[in-house]
Amino acid sequence: MIHRPAAGRKLEDRLLKVISACAALLGILALAWILLVVIEKGATAINWDFFFHRTLPTGEAAGGVGNAIVGSALLVGLAIVIGVPLGMMAGVYLAEFGRDTQFGTAVRFSANVMMGIPSIIVGLFVYALLVKPMHMYSGWAGAVALAILMLPIIARTTEDMLQLVPNALRESALALGAPRWKVTFQVVFRAARVGLLTGLLLAVARVSGETAPLLFTCLNSPYWPTSLNGPVANLPVTIWDHAMSPYDDLVRIAWGASLLITVGVLVLNISSRLILRRSAHE
Amino acid sequence: MLNLERSMNNGRMIQHAINRRRLLRMERLMASTPESGQIRAAADPPPAPKPPPKVSVRNLNFYYGGNQALVDNSIDIAANQVTAIIGPSGCGKSTHIRIYNRIFELYRDQRAEGTVLLDGENVLSPEVDVIELRRKVGMIFQKPTPFPLSIFENVAYGLRMHYRMSRNELSGRVEAALRQAALWDEVKDLLDRPGMALSGGQQQRLCIARAVAVEPEVILMDEPTAAIDPIATSKIEDLIEELEEKYTIVIVTHNMQQAARISDFTAFFYQGRIVEFGPTEMIFTKPAMKQTEDYVTGRFG
Repeated sequence: MIHRPAAGRKLEDRLLKVISACAALLGILALAWILLVVIEKGATAINWDFFFHRTLPTGEAAGGVGNAIVGSALLVGLAIVIGVPLGMMAGVYLAEFGRDTQFGTAVRFSANVMMGIPSIIVGLFVYALLVKPMHMYSGWAGAVALAILMLPIIARTTEDMLQLVPNALRESALALGAPRWKVTFQVVFRAARVGLLTGLLLAVARVSGETAPLLFTCLNSPYWPTSLNGPVANLPVTIWDHAMSPYDDLVRIAWGASLLITVGVLVLNISSRLILRRSAHE
Repeated sequence: MLNLERSMNNGRMIQHAINRRRLLRMERLMASTPESGQIRAAADPPPAPKPPPKVSVRNLNFYYGGNQALVDNSIDIAANQVTAIIGPSGCGKSTHIRIYNRIFELYRDQRAEGTVLLDGENVLSPEVDVIELRRKVGMIFQKPTPFPLSIFENVAYGLRMHYRMSRNELSGRVEAALRQAALWDEVKDLLDRPGMALSGGQQQRLCIARAVAVEPEVILMDEPTAAIDPIATSKIEDLIEELEEKYTIVIVTHNMQQAARISDFTAFFYQGRIVEFGPTEMIFTKPAMKQTEDYVTGRFG
């Protein structure tokens, strides 16, 4: 037996460390770059009018995206109302009842596939499902499209978070005579609540910037949203419309709206991490 | 040589534990008999008339999917006594008691065949209401499992589920349960704190309080002190000796001194079969089977 010199292995080790560090750096760099550009170009657009005025034609001073902020909030809010209960119940089924069943496996597989479906296809699907038969673009259709996008994310994170809850906890609740549904909603959900909330925030973050599913479903509008039975203003499509326009003032507003969405998504992500970390220290 | 010494040492400690147990039983008998002075002091107490068994198991077989884990288990669990189940890892001890409250049904590939009579009623029959069964047959697990609720709510959880009562009565019953579990004095000012904030030993006593709160008749304990330090363990053992007066207790343990200290009857399991079952003193001092002797003297397992 000959002793292998350590120098070569140490070099390999160091090399691998450097390569992976570079890869990690590149990822962070991309995010930093995006943030920097968005802040640089968008910060000047942000003022009182930006938040509190609606979209105005180019040339008119004091145009803003207030209507799009309200509209986006409405759409995402409605998507949460539709998507979260459905997604959570699906996740409960996967984790608690259908863990090893064929049906459960099929549902889990399709949820995974759904997460990978390009969002524009979801938009087209809802177009065919709601917009075409109703002969009308509407906020409802937009919210449904966003809800469909949320559905698999919520279902899978719910399943993952519930599976993290040790079986001993389920057993001890069952052993006290609790029926299965009470065990799930009173004990397992409580134990997993932080993870569930995190999943919800991440799903909201994921859909709130989606443009494609709204392009075919709820379009956009320059007016304050008054009803969901028609096109509703929203941030992603407003960015798309303004950025495509040849007018500098509108393009600047598009940058401002981009900054708003980016920061919003970042805040959602960071707060979900903070919640997770705080609960870990409890 | 070393092995022999160890096993002799082990034997001495077990003997000590049995003596202590015998003393306790005598004390209890003296306390309950009015003419305690005249009792035949050193002799064994006269055999009491045999009450019907609380749990009577006959020809119980158990399967994990295609694997048979228990083979023809038959055993009578005496009421208001502590029955210990000992045996090497994987011999089916836990599997056996997990049938009494049908908790195994949580898992889809597990199934039991045979009869487990609780007061003469087969708990494995499909007509049995598992919710009521589990109220009557409580369970304590190896790792303490407080719910993510306050200390008060942990104990109140089962009470609220099975009974309807006023807020006042609820607090009274929670207090009584915590007292029974010898935990009240330590937590009476912390009832709103999360149950998880307690130490491991306290958490386990909280679980015991939670289990006794719903007034069970049988308490199953699956290695209740395996994850707990020695001081907390001795508290829980004392507790078990007190609980024995009100409840029928079946305890699975890896610790033979524990079995000798706290149990009246002991069953030795090996490879899914009940090799030997009898009074604890017998099992530890003059076992009938060679396998039992080898195990209790520490020669294997």
